[in-house]
Amino acid sequence: MKFPYSETVMEHFKHPRNVGKIEDADGKSTEGSPACGDMVSVYIKVDPKTQTISDVKFESYGCASNIATGSIITELAKGKTLEEAKNITWKQASDALGGLPKIKAHCSVLAVEGLRSAIQNYEERQGLVKDKKTTTVEVVQKRLKKVMNPLSGLDVVRTNLVRGIEVNDGKVSITIDLASNHQFANSIRDEIKEKIETLWDVKEVAIEFTD
Amino acid sequence: MTEKQIYLDNSAATRMDERVLEAMKPYFFDTYAVATSEFAYSQGIEAREALDGARGVLIKALNAGPEEFIFTSGSDESSNIALKGVALALGEKKGRHIIVSKIEDFPVLNSARALERQGFKVTYLEVDGEGFVDLDRLRNSITDQTILVSIQHANQEIGTVQDIDAIGGICREKGVLFHTDATHTFTRSPLDVSKTPVDLATVSAHTIHGPKGIGGLYVRKGTKIAKWMDGGFQEFDLRAGLENIPGAIGFARAVELVTPEETAGIRSMRDRIIDRILAEIPDTTLNGHRSRRLPQNANISFHYVEGESITLHLDMHGIAVSTGSACFSRSLEGSHVIYGIGGDHERAHGSIRFSFGRFNTIDEIDTVVEALVSIIRELRKISPLGKEKEV
Repeated sequence: MKFPYSETVMEHFKHPRNVGKIEDADGKSTEGSPACGDMVSVYIKVDPKTQTISDVKFESYGCASNIATGSIITELAKGKTLEEAKNITWKQASDALGGLPKIKAHCSVLAVEGLRSAIQNYEERQGLVKDKKTTTVEVVQKRLKKVMNPLSGLDVVRTNLVRGIEVNDGKVSITIDLASNHQFANSIRDEIKEKIETLWDVKEVAIEFTD
Repeated sequence: MTEKQIYLDNSAATRMDERVLEAMKPYFFDTYAVATSEFAYSQGIEAREALDGARGVLIKALNAGPEEFIFTSGSDESSNIALKGVALALGEKKGRHIIVSKIEDFPVLNSARALERQGFKVTYLEVDGEGFVDLDRLRNSITDQTILVSIQHANQEIGTVQDIDAIGGICREKGVLFHTDATHTFTRSPLDVSKTPVDLATVSAHTIHGPKGIGGLYVRKGTKIAKWMDGGFQEFDLRAGLENIPGAIGFARAVELVTPEETAGIRSMRDRIIDRILAEIPDTTLNGHRSRRLPQNANISFHYVEGESITLHLDMHGIAVSTGSACFSRSLEGSHVIYGIGGDHERAHGSIRFSFGRFNTIDEIDTVVEALVSIIRELRKISPLGKEKEV
């Protein structure tokens, strides 16, 4: 029998670790949505003295790579300090799983973001975060680094798909260097919209393709 | 993990029947000439006779006239020839408007999109919650610029069988050509071109235990269609390319082997899996119509879970099915068919298509349902969207 994933991915997919909710979580987050096909929720308990993650659980609505990444990220994060946990990358998670197919990067990166957002949620609750930042080209660019290019498994900024970003009075315009009838054009557009529309001062996101 | 494979993806590809292979063999090793060599040597005549014999079987199955059927490499090519051929023949002379349904399979949908980029106007007709085209809406969409209506006989994913007699009637009345993609209905649901007013129909061998890489297009006599695959003068000068004689022989044999009894057996498998899943697994939705659907198709959405996870778990039980999930598709988008019938993302990503064929048995259905009951329960346990109630 052949599977499209590594043995470690299959093992975590079949027997995911640390599954479930933490009812009295200190930090929690949900990344993705049914729209993008995958969704992951991450819950953390933090030891306030040591600032370490004493417990972490996840729930997943998604494919095998999403479930397996959720599972491995909880293993990687448990017992780490918040600073250490924040710095866990998709690459580290992917390596720990014996590699993931490039095309699956966009579904598996959610768990990594989920962990970071859960930590951020904890910090916000504790009043550790400064005031809301105004959305600038730099802020948009930083967000776009979380949108994967399914052709390469790397983000759209690094792979030079982003040709231009404009921020004007709550309207964000982004030019993507793909034809609008490209195989992944719709998927990339939807993911970008999801990432940028949630910024507090953004009213509209327009995505242009280079036909 | 079971030893035996249960293959329920017969709408993607079927296991070829040994009898098809036996019929094809002589045309690889004994009569390997092509029909265009008929005036050069006797093997060419044998090839011509074989090709015409195979064509005769297809013509009989469709109740078509002589010279009304061409062989192609499969459904994609047939539908490309139909849409682009009519566009090339009538685009300048008559008009540049084409009508297709929103839930067509990709050969038709992407041919229409390609024509749109060439300046044609395309209407993508909405369908209702079960996938049916509204006949009044179709009638109202036809203008004096319309040259072709292409609406599938049955849907590839949800199995909805359109009323192509009525659709063809409207097209005839308005003087517009009508193409139907009959890839999934051919030999399983009736299609008699002497009764149904259809001008072009796409068929394929891969769905009926024939070889891959062979299909065909019914072309009613007198239909305005231009050739665009240039080269030789094969297939009544509509499609250049060496004749795939073993393929044509295999296709014909595959057509002969389909029986009404077999189709009835397949229909009962469909009914059993639909009834059992809807009764035994909570929060499931049947996609498409309960009875006006392909006999070999069941399509069900399992809420709160994602399709690729279901297919992978089923695969570990030796069960092969397909899903409308974005994770499974090459474009990373959820099924356009489920969206087309008004389904949301969750319904698309959680949809599973079961498609049956000659080599399935009714006992397999029970094995599949039992596996699904536990897989869905386990996946829902880890899903943030919804849980099954503890029993």
